[in-house]
Formats: sequence, C-alpha cells, structure tokens
Amino acid sequence: MKHEWPLWEVFIRGQHGLNHRHVGSLHAPDAEMALKIARDVYTRRNEGVSIWVVEAAHITASSPSGKGPLYEPSESKVYRHPTFFDIPDEAGHM
Amino acid sequence: MYAQMVTSEATQDDPEKLAVFQARIDAGEKVEPKEWMPEGYRKTLIRQIGQHAHSEIVGQLPEGNWITRAPTLERKTILLAKVQDEAGHGLYLYCAAETLGVSRDELTEMLLDGRMKYSSIFNYPTLTWADMGAVGWLVDGAAIMNQVPLQRTSYGPYSRAMIRICKEESFHQRQGYHIMMKMAQGTPAQKKMAQDALNRFWYPSLMMFGPSDKDSVHSAQSMKWKIKMNTNDELRQKFVDQTVPQAEFLGLTVPDETLHWNDEKGGYDFAEPDWSEFFDVIKGNGPCNTERLAARNKAWDDGAWVREGLMAHAEKKRTAKLAAE
Repeated sequence: MKHEWPLWEVFIRGQHGLNHRHVGSLHAPDAEMALKIARDVYTRRNEGVSIWVVEAAHITASSPSGKGPLYEPSESKVYRHPTFFDIPDEAGHM
Repeated sequence: MYAQMVTSEATQDDPEKLAVFQARIDAGEKVEPKEWMPEGYRKTLIRQIGQHAHSEIVGQLPEGNWITRAPTLERKTILLAKVQDEAGHGLYLYCAAETLGVSRDELTEMLLDGRMKYSSIFNYPTLTWADMGAVGWLVDGAAIMNQVPLQRTSYGPYSRAMIRICKEESFHQRQGYHIMMKMAQGTPAQKKMAQDALNRFWYPSLMMFGPSDKDSVHSAQSMKWKIKMNTNDELRQKFVDQTVPQAEFLGLTVPDETLHWNDEKGGYDFAEPDWSEFFDVIKGNGPCNTERLAARNKAWDDGAWVREGLMAHAEKKRTAKLAAE
C-alpha cells in the first residue's frame, strides 16, 4: 500500500504573547498526531506555549506572479505612515 | 558538511529568465518555493538538501550505538537529547527539500536503494565512549563550519532550516568537547582512549569537506547560485585552524607529523587525507556502509505497518465523524 502521511504546517506562539508564527512542517496521519509530533520536533527547547497545526492542503497562498499587482499599489501611499506628516515641535509630544 | 560532491545539474532554461534569476541572487534576494527557478538549481538543491537530511538521519546510528552504554545517567540523557536533535534536523531538511517537488517517501526510498548518498563520515565505526567525544567535537564541529555560512544560502526554506539547525548545533559540539576534556584529564587509560579517538576521526573529519578545490568540479555553478558558500579547501583550512588549538588544550596530539603553523598564510599547513580511501567509502566500501544502510532499511520495513495502520485509523475516524454529522 502506498499512502504517504499528509503534510501539516506548524505554527507556534512563543512565551511573550506574540502571534503564532510559522515554524515549519511535518508529516502526520491526523491532527492529533501532528500536534504530538510538532511538540517533539519544534518545541524541544521551550520555544512555545501554544501550537497550531493545519493540513498544508488547506492553505491557500498568493501566487508569486501576483506580487506586483498585490503589493506595488501600497508603495505610492506614503501618507499611510506617520512620518509623512510634519508636526512642529511646538505642538508637543504626539 | 554533510553534503559532499553534490553534482551540479546543467540548466537549459531561457537565457533571459536565467539572467533575471541570477540578478536576484546577486542582489541577495531569497528564492521561495513557488517562484520560477532554473531546473538545474532545483535539481541540485534536491540532491544537496536530501544528502544533508540523510546524513542527519544516518548520523544517529553511530551515536545511538552508545546510548545504552553511556558511563553516567547524565551523559545518557545528554546523548539522547543530541540524537533526538539529529532526527529533528533531518526532518527540517526533508521539509525544505519537499518544497522543491519531491516527496518524503521518494527521498527516503532513494537513500534506501543507494541512489542518494549521505556523508562519508558516518561509515566509520564508534568503538569506544571517547568516540562520542570525538564525534561531537570534530564531526559536529566540521558540520558547523559549513552550516553557518549556509544560513545565508539563496533558497529560503533551506536557509531557514539552517538557521534552526545552527541554533541547536553548538550544544552538540560542546558536549563532545566536554567528553574529550573529561577523558583527557582522566586516568592514563582514559587519555589513551581520547587520543585513539582523535587518531581515528581526524582524517575522516577532514574528508567531510569533500575533495580539494582543484579536483572539485561542481563548485563553480553552485557558488554562483549561492547554494554553496565557500570552497571545500577554505572550510577545511578554517576547521584545522580552529581545531588544532583545541587539541593542544586537551593535551592531545593531532595525528599529522607535517602539521605546523605557517606565519605567512596565517594558518596551519597540514597533510591531506587519503583521497583514495574517501572515494572508496563514497562508493560503498567503508567499514560500516552495509551496516548503516541495512539498519535504515530494517527501520523502514519494520515501521511500515505502523505508518499504514495509523493512516487507516485516521481515515476510519474521519469517516465516522462525517457519518455523525
């Protein structure tokens, strides 16, 4: 029988209250095993306090060729950054 | 390094696309899985990352040999943790290779039937406890020499795997050196064991960097693509320069009568390993090649029912859940 364990992506939240972050992937037969394996592979040195696993097949990713249309428009919108606005020092801390 | 003599694949892609690709690499950009890449880049990386992953996995065997016979409970738990790390490193690397369009099972099967290689170093036996010291100090030390620059490699998933591995690898070398310190400062018999381990592992460790640059035909393209960051001889020299003072501190003698400091080049002159032995080991005729591959094949075959059983169980649960909904 030729039936490879599916691929899972692993996300871990570290100790300091930050978002879960993608750390890598692994193969597992089901979600429960994926969590167990993730614990052994990705948290051997106290790297996290919470693990998410999701089957890789369920992730929809943007395509690399769409890079331009997706991200270039924001390059011309410098006013979205606070440094765009000159506020005189006399106005005090802002 | 755990990847030796990785053949660079020729590439027959559109020259215009190739130029854009090369410009990205030269600019220090990372290449990510779904992006366009030359076929040769992809194939060379699969071979190199795969060989690296296989080395981590096969590399568990010479050390696993001593887990049940470690001299103290503390040494045993440390060795267990190290060997577990090696399994982890293999998994990070397999995942990186899989992003290039090869499956985990395919990679495993290519190792098991000899189509893919692992590092020559793991075909040497670990005869005494002092070998656990020598392996950590020298073998992991040599691997670190190669892995640290590879953190900057052009392929994103490979680079990220290397960063994780490097974070964990330093513990491996230090625990090995610590064993060597204990042995070298121990009884005369223990010191003799330490010296013997150094004698046996010195040249095989130098071989880990692969043949001399003048005989290394695969380097140029790989270096241009930033999947190889330094030449074999550069890394070997760096390793010798770093390791000789460490051996002196232990009061042990590097088994090379020609070894001496060269003021002019600011490094040691040292004897090359016996390259005919290296090629022989690569061909499958090292002391432990047969044993290592047999062990991996047995583990794979004996584990088949577990892999299949867990998959069948997962499917059964999924069907039951669907039926309940």
